[in-house]
Amino acid sequence: MNVLLLLVPCSLILGTLALVGFLWTLRADQYDDLEGDAQRMLLDTDDSQPRDS
Amino acid sequence: MNGAACPGCVAGTEAAEQAASSGAMATHALIVPTIHCMACVSTIEKVLNARPDIKAARVNLSRKQVAITATPGEDPTPWIAALSDAGFEAHEGRDAPAQTGPDGLLLRIGIAGFAMMNVMLLSVAVWSGASESTRDLFHWVSALIALPAAIFCAEPFFASAWSALRAGRANMDVPISVAIILACGMSLHETMVGGEEAYFDAALSLTFFLLSGRYLEQRMRQTARSAAADLAALEPRRVMVLQDGAPVSCPIDDIVRGDTLWLASGSRVPVDAVLEKGSVQVDRSALTGESDPIIVHAGGNLIAGDVTLSGPVEARATVAAAGSTLRRMVELAEQAEASKSIYTSLADRASHFYTPVVHTLALVAGLAWYFYDGDGHHALMVAVSTLIITCPCALGLAVPAVATVSTGRLFRAGALVKSETALERMAQVDTVVFDKTGTLSTAALRVPELTTDELRVLKALAQASQHPLSRGLVANMDGVDPAHLDSVQEVTGRGVEAEFNGQTVRLGAADWIGEGHGTAFQMGGRVTALERQEVALPSAAPAIAELEAEGYRVEILSGDTPARAAAFARQMGVEHVHAAMTPEAKLDHIKALQAKGARVVMIGDGLNDTLALSEAWASMAPGSALEASQNAADLVLLGGDLSMVPHSLRQAKASRRRILENFGAAATYNMISIPFAVAGLATPFLAALAMSTSSVVVTVNALRGPKRKVQS
Repeated sequence: MNVLLLLVPCSLILGTLALVGFLWTLRADQYDDLEGDAQRMLLDTDDSQPRDS
Repeated sequence: MNGAACPGCVAGTEAAEQAASSGAMATHALIVPTIHCMACVSTIEKVLNARPDIKAARVNLSRKQVAITATPGEDPTPWIAALSDAGFEAHEGRDAPAQTGPDGLLLRIGIAGFAMMNVMLLSVAVWSGASESTRDLFHWVSALIALPAAIFCAEPFFASAWSALRAGRANMDVPISVAIILACGMSLHETMVGGEEAYFDAALSLTFFLLSGRYLEQRMRQTARSAAADLAALEPRRVMVLQDGAPVSCPIDDIVRGDTLWLASGSRVPVDAVLEKGSVQVDRSALTGESDPIIVHAGGNLIAGDVTLSGPVEARATVAAAGSTLRRMVELAEQAEASKSIYTSLADRASHFYTPVVHTLALVAGLAWYFYDGDGHHALMVAVSTLIITCPCALGLAVPAVATVSTGRLFRAGALVKSETALERMAQVDTVVFDKTGTLSTAALRVPELTTDELRVLKALAQASQHPLSRGLVANMDGVDPAHLDSVQEVTGRGVEAEFNGQTVRLGAADWIGEGHGTAFQMGGRVTALERQEVALPSAAPAIAELEAEGYRVEILSGDTPARAAAFARQMGVEHVHAAMTPEAKLDHIKALQAKGARVVMIGDGLNDTLALSEAWASMAPGSALEASQNAADLVLLGGDLSMVPHSLRQAKASRRRILENFGAAATYNMISIPFAVAGLATPFLAALAMSTSSVVVTVNALRGPKRKVQS
């Protein structure tokens, strides 16, 4: 059962990583325009490095 | 360079000149109501990003807005003109678009989701047979994750439940909070004594699902609200005031009694005023509903809300902005709103019924078990697990999920739902009352009888102007091929002037071109007066026919003369028409209808409708309506398409049906799970299963597309 002492923290760390990722998307305003961003990939002209806005 | 035709634009130009040319950038917002797909987004961004005065432009498709990074105080007029050339109607929004999103809720959802998944993993291990010290270890780890997460994430429910309890009421958040607190408390106790059953995962998944419901609700409401607020901001907040003989722009609120206002043709009179000299033709339909323009001579009164049709003229303000007729109407409307009986939403009614039933049930089950086997601990466990398993998870999602989907569909179709309960109220409506002027009809210039050449010049001139009347004229001249004009210039407040084959051609205020009132067109030496006429909106008659076919009683209330109102009603095929109505008469009429048991939806745009709008069971205003009317209305129709009226009523009915279906689903789930809980058979596994299934069922039912209609 000692393996649990390794696996439980492991799963917690993985979960935390996902949480941090989510917090980052939240900070980066990625939920601001769900509809627009979803379709933006269809644009030929879409700039993968948009000017600062 | 596009000439500025209205006081607001002139104000903008000046603001730009005043702006310090520092390197700092500011975000400007433009509202573009007609954006609806990626092609629009692409065009708009291309047009705007090509301009040297814009650093970056980015479209927000969900909010139909463009965020533009540029020098602070930059004049948006040329951007709006550029978009208009590209075929998009744009309006200036408030600077720096409002932060969207209840981000606090999103953060809580994220944390609840994280905690829920981790605890669920540990719980699965427990359910599949972990025992003794392993189980205790897992419970402890779960507790460490779940307790802080639950306290933080469920805080909005606790706060709302607490404020309800303090006011002596019970809302849906009370049973939710009770269930979460009991689930956490009992599980902590079980963990400490090394017991078998911990409900940490149930507490967290409950929080997660309910937060999702709340987030959906708030997000949709905010989008609609900020759009509605932006729309209301279209009204000129600045006016031109004469200082030392020169017009200077000034915020409306700074006007004091005695200021001299400079009113260009087509501008809205900001406060009550007296005309200084000359005479002016004004459109008072917003106030009276009467469609004929009236002529005000020197010394006559201009009322806030009037639109000048000729000019420019000078007028002396007789009151400060706060005392104007417009504001008084707004105050009256607010009073009417406050006195209106408060509608109890379906969710509240469900929780009024639900809370006592469930709590009594849990109490009875606990007591019964106590008297049956005398085991206090077991009895308590049964009571608590009954509360947890019946927690209104599905109920909490039942309404917001449906409301989100419906308001989202309506928003995309061009209707902003402003009030939370608007859809529910609209579903009960059986009578539709329209205002006439401005809602069903619009003022337009009659296309005069002219030679082909003259018509071609007229259309070209009208196209060069941004004035609403010109745009209406262009719309009525479909078959005409516009002529090519030279040196076109727009004369502020007067009209458009150009050269055609060496002749001077002009379109604009009659007293600028020659004599008289109204609008005139000049080509060489020949002057033609353009008559104003009232035309029905193309979508009006079909919308009314549709409503009547669906069994609504349709009425028209008008401030206009009986003869004209009757003629118009005949044209629309409406039987019930009431003419020469004052604002109070409209209000009384709605009251009388509702006293007879009718549920009325009022659709109106003018100040004279504001009282009726606030009194009616539900109300709609077209996007072109005055701010006061839009504030009073539950629903704002963008784009002035009246087919949205039957459409939104249908959508409201459909959404009410969905909500009731969801209540049914939630009730069924409770009826199945309650016997288990009361019998003492509830386990954390069963709770998790039942809770997730019911939430998913309810959400999927809400997201399900509308019933397909068989095309005939």
